Amino acid sequence: MVRVNGQSGSSSLVTVRGLDKKYKRGSEEIHVLQGLNLDVDPGDFVAFMGPSGSGKTTLLNLLGGLDVPSAGSISVAGDEITHMSSGKLTQWRARHVGFIFQMYNLIPVLTAFQNVELPLLLTKLSKGERRKHVEAVLSIVGLADRMNHYPRQLSGGQEQRVTIARAIVSDPTFLLCDEPTGDLDRRSADEIMELILRLVKEHGKTVLMVTHDPVVARKADITLHLEKGALVEAGRVEGATAGGAA
Amino acid sequence: MKFGSLIFANLFRKKLRFALTIGSFIVALFLFGLLAVLRGSFGGGLEVAGVDRLVIINRTSIINPVPLSYRDKIMQIKGTKEITYDNWFGGVYQDEKNFFAQFAIDVDNQRQVFNELQVPDDQWNAFLKDRQAAIVGAALAKRFHWKVGDRIPLKGTIVPGTWEFNIAGIYHGKRVQDDETQFWFQHAYYEERMPERLKGLVGWYTLRINNPDDAPRISKAIDDEFANSPYETRTETEQAFASGWVKQMGNIEGLIMTIGIVVFFTLLLVTGNTMAIAVRERTGELAVLKAVGFSDGAVLTFVMAESLLIAFVGGALGLALAKLFTLGGDPTHGLLQFFFLPGSAIGVGLALALLIGAASGILPAIGAMRLRVVDALRRV
Repeated sequence: MVRVNGQSGSSSLVTVRGLDKKYKRGSEEIHVLQGLNLDVDPGDFVAFMGPSGSGKTTLLNLLGGLDVPSAGSISVAGDEITHMSSGKLTQWRARHVGFIFQMYNLIPVLTAFQNVELPLLLTKLSKGERRKHVEAVLSIVGLADRMNHYPRQLSGGQEQRVTIARAIVSDPTFLLCDEPTGDLDRRSADEIMELILRLVKEHGKTVLMVTHDPVVARKADITLHLEKGALVEAGRVEGATAGGAA
Repeated sequence: MKFGSLIFANLFRKKLRFALTIGSFIVALFLFGLLAVLRGSFGGGLEVAGVDRLVIINRTSIINPVPLSYRDKIMQIKGTKEITYDNWFGGVYQDEKNFFAQFAIDVDNQRQVFNELQVPDDQWNAFLKDRQAAIVGAALAKRFHWKVGDRIPLKGTIVPGTWEFNIAGIYHGKRVQDDETQFWFQHAYYEERMPERLKGLVGWYTLRINNPDDAPRISKAIDDEFANSPYETRTETEQAFASGWVKQMGNIEGLIMTIGIVVFFTLLLVTGNTMAIAVRERTGELAVLKAVGFSDGAVLTFVMAESLLIAFVGGALGLALAKLFTLGGDPTHGLLQFFFLPGSAIGVGLALALLIGAASGILPAIGAMRLRVVDALRRV
């Protein structure tokens, strides 16, 4: 179950305590996150909403180990990541985090297969094993027949599905989605959300998602609003009190 | 090699840019190869000069002769081994542009003193039996399509008239850099038609000594022996003699170095700019690589590998073209005696290309390594 009151559950996958993030913009100091608490259990699907500049993406970056907080702590599956060195954090990301970005960020000179294979290049898997993994996840996202296509030969929705395949190919601990449907039309957005829901329900993935779109947010088990640097529960899907949508 | 596909894919991302950058390396290294050939050609005598050979010329100038009678006096000096003499003939074959060196040689000692230039015994014996016979270098024979038995007319300039020669043999150098462009004929034949005033005089001596360490002592002894005579001498090592020839043509080495430095500096700017653009335009992709777990070092390695691959491929192609060019032979038809690209120059060229590749890639690579994922993604 997702909690924002700082009370830990015994099964928390992600535990955030007293998270602060300050930026300097010129002489001005911007306090984006202030004493933020969060607990997420395995299999939860959480949507973060809030106005532009409220710190949604900053929170996601901190949870994914892409940025370091000004104060506070983040633990993921027992690993305290806030004090890890840059090198350790990179290794940790490779093992535990799958990123899905709004702009897809696929490498245009690589095929869908090669893009999805990228995280596996960091593992000790053989070429044959990598191929099996990539083909399996491309089947999950429905692009088995497009694996040799380059990003420019795919639609926006298909590109985002490749991004999702890349995010899940190494079976990370959780997925971080930053506006995954922000650049898609409604139909493609729905398809992507169906896919993410399937990952949660059928594959037990934990998903933390930033979105502006209330329709998209409603697909999550719980929607949290960022207000004045802290999280406030905005809505919970009925029956999704613990363990995601189980 | 599992990252190879990523590196190669990035190389060919912009095919025109890739071709132009590789082309820059090809042109620069081709030019480097030609400069190395020119440097070797002008300084070639320095490399082939025997360490145990001294050259004795008239103190005033090499165009002034020295008496043949000096030979026995020179050989009385302790440490001397063999001596031979030559005269410059300066004949013209068909046209003045067909320049090549022609020497009237001392048949008794030529092969002993210049033992790196080899003539088969049967051809040498045939040469000795025919007063009008000539031995020609393999490169010279190839240049004019001469073969043993051909009759060659030369128009004399120092001793006017038409001189007929029968090619009796072809010599080859033991080493690739040995000069194979000379034309030798018997000094006795030359002496027959020499004006009375020149009889008994030779152009210069080449002396082989027992121990190269004795060169300063023997040189001094020879020059002292003939001091204050009508034909004072200047004796120096063959290497110093060859070096003197090169210096007469000006600071060739300096000129070549200057051109080389300008070319490579320009190449550095061109490739440095190319790599900087290549990295800048895929900031987002590099950020994604880092986000999915590629380390800073891996990102740096990818950029450096691209830069070094371009440098290596372009450099190798440029040097290969230069080598092919030299295999076609001296385009000046004899002015450049040592027209070849040595392996050492190819090695230096490749090392320079890689150095340029590394230097042009290092700053963009460090930039990519230091890239903060959060900042980079915000820019996309």
